[in-house]
Amino acid sequence: MTETERRLIAELGENFPIEPRPFAVIGARLGLTEDQVIALVKEFMARGIIRRLSVALRHQNVGFTANAMVVWKVPPERLEEVGKMLASFQEVTHCYERETAPQWPYNLYTMVHRPHRGECLAIAARLSEAVGIKEYRVLFSTAELKRSNPQYFTERG
Amino acid sequence: MTPGQGLTEADRQLLNAMQEGFLPVPNPFKEIGARLGLTEDEAIAELRRLKESGAIRRLGAIIDSRKIGYTGTLCAMKVPGERISEAAAVINSFPEVTHNYVREGEFNVWFTVLALSAARIQEILHTIKRETGIRELLNLPARRIFKIRVSFDLEGER
Repeated sequence: MTETERRLIAELGENFPIEPRPFAVIGARLGLTEDQVIALVKEFMARGIIRRLSVALRHQNVGFTANAMVVWKVPPERLEEVGKMLASFQEVTHCYERETAPQWPYNLYTMVHRPHRGECLAIAARLSEAVGIKEYRVLFSTAELKRSNPQYFTERG
Repeated sequence: MTPGQGLTEADRQLLNAMQEGFLPVPNPFKEIGARLGLTEDEAIAELRRLKESGAIRRLGAIIDSRKIGYTGTLCAMKVPGERISEAAAVINSFPEVTHNYVREGEFNVWFTVLALSAARIQEILHTIKRETGIRELLNLPARRIFKIRVSFDLEGER
């Protein structure tokens, strides 16, 4: 990736202008034309570097105050099937297989954000029923200590 | 509380449209506004207000960090309740730490690290252990991603 491409990624991700011609504004910052910026964005989207142009909402501010990480202990031979099944639920926003540790046997992680804790618990119970995995824990967040946007290719990059 | 409480119907529609994504066209906010019967100026003013109010955390390109060479992990630490803010100060001092939450359970501090190399992540975790004196730290990198969806349906689904 060239230096210009790196700077463009940083601008597109962190300093996107909420203005009538945003790609022209970004281009002016980097010495590119609007057309060049748009062409690069399309290329990054085609390569999967940019997933989407979109918004990320602060879930607490839009009413989804209960944040549950549900961790599952899934037999290795069922991981693929269970991971895909859990991911297919609309209520599940994230679904990852992760490494385990001797004192932490859970290997599949799902995130559920809902307005109330009770709803998260009910959803977890429904997921458990659907995949037939009984060993799971619902870990609610009780405080946010940090939530920052990823800083790509900034001074530390 | 219901999804989107504190937001007007117009806010919800605009946020849902934005979550579906906008296009790399010269006037993307004009295009979004047109879907909802708003002028470009109205759409821009509303988006700025929603960003200001904190409902929008970020607007712009959602980057696949792995595709540009970053590597990430989730870590869990067992921190005595009275030491949480002190440990958080150490953990949060690294710009590579992007999220940090207190969660229920014996492993109670959960944070994510995003860095340009696995070696840098190791260095950060090592420093956190040394500076806090807390040894019980789980490093749980992802092996496989089945789903990442960052959007919320604000218009009822329930």
